[in-house]
Amino acid sequence: MSRAFSQLISILTPILLAPLLLGWVNQMRAWLSNRRGPGVLQPYRMLHKLFNKDSVMADTASSLFRFAPYAVFGSMLLANAIIPTLSTDLPLASAADAIALVGLFALARIFISLAAMDIGTAFGTLGARREMLVGFLAEPALLTVLFSASLIGQSTALPTIVEAVAHKHFAIYPSLVFAGMAFILVFLAENARVPVDNPATHLELTMIHEAMILEYSGRHLALMEWAASLKLFAYSTLGIALFLPWGIGQKATPSSLLLALPSLALKLALIGIVLALVETFSAKLRIFRVPEFLATAFLLGVIGMLTHILLGA
Amino acid sequence: MNIADLELSVTAMPTRFPLSRGTATAGEWESAALAIAENHGRLVTIWASQKRNGQFVVSAVYDIENGELLWLDLPILKKEAKYPDISSLFPAATRMQRAIKDLLGIDADGASDKRPWLSHGAWPEDYFPLRNENTGKEKSSQVQVDDYQFVTVAGEGVHEIAVGPVHAGIIEPGHFRFSVVGEKTLRLEERLGYTHKGVDRAFQDFSAVEGYRLAGRMSGDSTVAYSWSYCMSLENIWKWRVPTRALWLRAVALERERVGNHLGDLGAIGNDAGFAFGLSQFMRLREDWLRLNKSVFGHRLMMDYVLPGGVVGDIDPEGLLQIRKQCDEIEIEVHTLQGIYDDHSGLQDRFLTAGTVPKELAVRLGLIGLAGRASGVAHDVRVNAAAEPYSELAVNISVREGGDVAARVDVRFDEVFESLRLIRYLVENLPSGSNRKEAAPRNSSGSSAGWIEGWRGGIFTALDVDSTGQILRCHVHDPSWQNWPVIEHAVIGDIVPDFPLINKSFNLSYSGHDR
Repeated sequence: MSRAFSQLISILTPILLAPLLLGWVNQMRAWLSNRRGPGVLQPYRMLHKLFNKDSVMADTASSLFRFAPYAVFGSMLLANAIIPTLSTDLPLASAADAIALVGLFALARIFISLAAMDIGTAFGTLGARREMLVGFLAEPALLTVLFSASLIGQSTALPTIVEAVAHKHFAIYPSLVFAGMAFILVFLAENARVPVDNPATHLELTMIHEAMILEYSGRHLALMEWAASLKLFAYSTLGIALFLPWGIGQKATPSSLLLALPSLALKLALIGIVLALVETFSAKLRIFRVPEFLATAFLLGVIGMLTHILLGA
Repeated sequence: MNIADLELSVTAMPTRFPLSRGTATAGEWESAALAIAENHGRLVTIWASQKRNGQFVVSAVYDIENGELLWLDLPILKKEAKYPDISSLFPAATRMQRAIKDLLGIDADGASDKRPWLSHGAWPEDYFPLRNENTGKEKSSQVQVDDYQFVTVAGEGVHEIAVGPVHAGIIEPGHFRFSVVGEKTLRLEERLGYTHKGVDRAFQDFSAVEGYRLAGRMSGDSTVAYSWSYCMSLENIWKWRVPTRALWLRAVALERERVGNHLGDLGAIGNDAGFAFGLSQFMRLREDWLRLNKSVFGHRLMMDYVLPGGVVGDIDPEGLLQIRKQCDEIEIEVHTLQGIYDDHSGLQDRFLTAGTVPKELAVRLGLIGLAGRASGVAHDVRVNAAAEPYSELAVNISVREGGDVAARVDVRFDEVFESLRLIRYLVENLPSGSNRKEAAPRNSSGSSAGWIEGWRGGIFTALDVDSTGQILRCHVHDPSWQNWPVIEHAVIGDIVPDFPLINKSFNLSYSGHDR
């Protein structure tokens, strides 16, 4: 099977499955609080609804506001394309490594924040300001996590890291335990989940991510929502690639895909359950506790790197 | 302090709680306000009316000491149309005086803040809906939404965040103007009045026996307290003796209303701190609670259950048993949830020190009711001016000193348990008799008052009826008038994202306030 096909699969899978992951998390949250929940397909219905609605633009909106949803969606799509989800045989991955991945997330963040400030409402600016606070603390923490993993693979290319962890020889890496803990904290912060942000809130003064997209409607909002679910998917598959890579195929053969797909589904389902549990058990942090939260993530990431350097594992 | 110390000519009124009434001159009005303020008395409410003969009267009710009320009337000349300001002594009077100006066009002479309050420019500046020559239903052709002057804060990096009246969630409308530096709140200014319905004027189209229905719709979550307060004032005027069983049934309904609202609020407070589990659990309990209301009282919120002379329907032994049983079930569940709230470090971190109102500030601003009790103000109409059946119940008042969100949560938990105890006692010892006095409406004119502790605080009604049984003037006062301004102080120094939590911990009424 051609490498192009492999790449195509790894782009289509996130696009199609990302809303399902979000729906799964929301459904789990509902079940955990004794509610019936809207079903796992709700995000698709939401997207369908939004794409069929007119997009309303503020008079003060510039072309940046119009362009941002495409830029954000595109960045998230590319991020997903370079993460080895089903196989490590990805042509695009050699063009972009783990550091570029962080860059892609930063690019999306910059666009979404600029668009939020573009209209000039208090909430957009408020959300953008908070997003930057979270972002500039989360990025270095994410980098330390990626460095811990790349020290093992001796490369910052994600497929190489996956192959080193999953396929070379079985070993337990203490550095990855620390990096994994750091990654969970960054994961929560970057995806606007409780305890850092609350995706379900209707309180405009407490929002971070929701405040930034408050002025979007119709297809633009649909793209923003889809991009948010793609980001959640990207972080989940990144977590899988770094910490639970077993099952990801080396070659994009039909047989390896047959193994990779169910194992991916299983791992994503598990991540969804863990995420829903964390969100159910936590209350939201006061916003000024978020730096402490992310400083912890950074510290754990650094400990992970030091562990590798000192112990050589 | 005694009312006699004020050296006014007052007469004790035949009400179910201690109330004296007198007429004052402008000088006496001021000196009485000063003396009451100096002796830590409280302003309950202030309102104005225009008599049939065109005479304006401004009325104030003070809580002199622990539930001893003084009702002062100040007749003023029509050509002067002003009265001495008392807002410098009682900060809570500011907005009430501004509302008087909007509705009747009489000025508080010497008040520092004379901006409109209830009027948003939807009626002309020289139109006053409560005046005799107007019906309150006139349509204005030149509706001009006014440019309200908010107080601005200047300084390096200070900016404003305008929130509402349309919110992202489905809640009542109110506008909040924050002046912030970064996330820190320097100043909050509220603008209310978006749900002004002209209830005061609408009362004048009702007969006295029907008015309870309108009163019970001023703030739906307190419908029992509102209608009881109204009925109490009417029964005082007509000197009706309400059967004891009816009073006890009213108390069952009032305590059930309190529990229902506290359950909803406890869940919502958890949710506003990002703890959705709390919301689902408490809403489940609240739903069970409201369903029993529906089956036993005929309405989920028990609207129109209380009516002049008693209550609509009696409760059969089966219903009493269900109420009793539900109290036991809910008590166990609320205990469990209280444990979860208390042990949750994330929640407690959000609750503690958020929106603190120290006792000294609470006393100065006149904070009352539930929020007052959470700031150490031990005041509860059920205790301080206990009318039947509360005079026999010995309600345990819950007072906390913290004044923060955590304290308001604690008071709610305490009051849920106390109300469950009261409900159990009431249904077990329910006296026999009729649930309603069968009597034709009297045709005696007069005025009187009612005072009932709703779940937010005391709801005071002043009612004036004529000899044909028509309402001349009905003023129903929601405790939110006192408590809204306190939120402006409670949030100073807190961060902006804590405001929804602080606001929810008070959960004040927009509708009851805007009238």
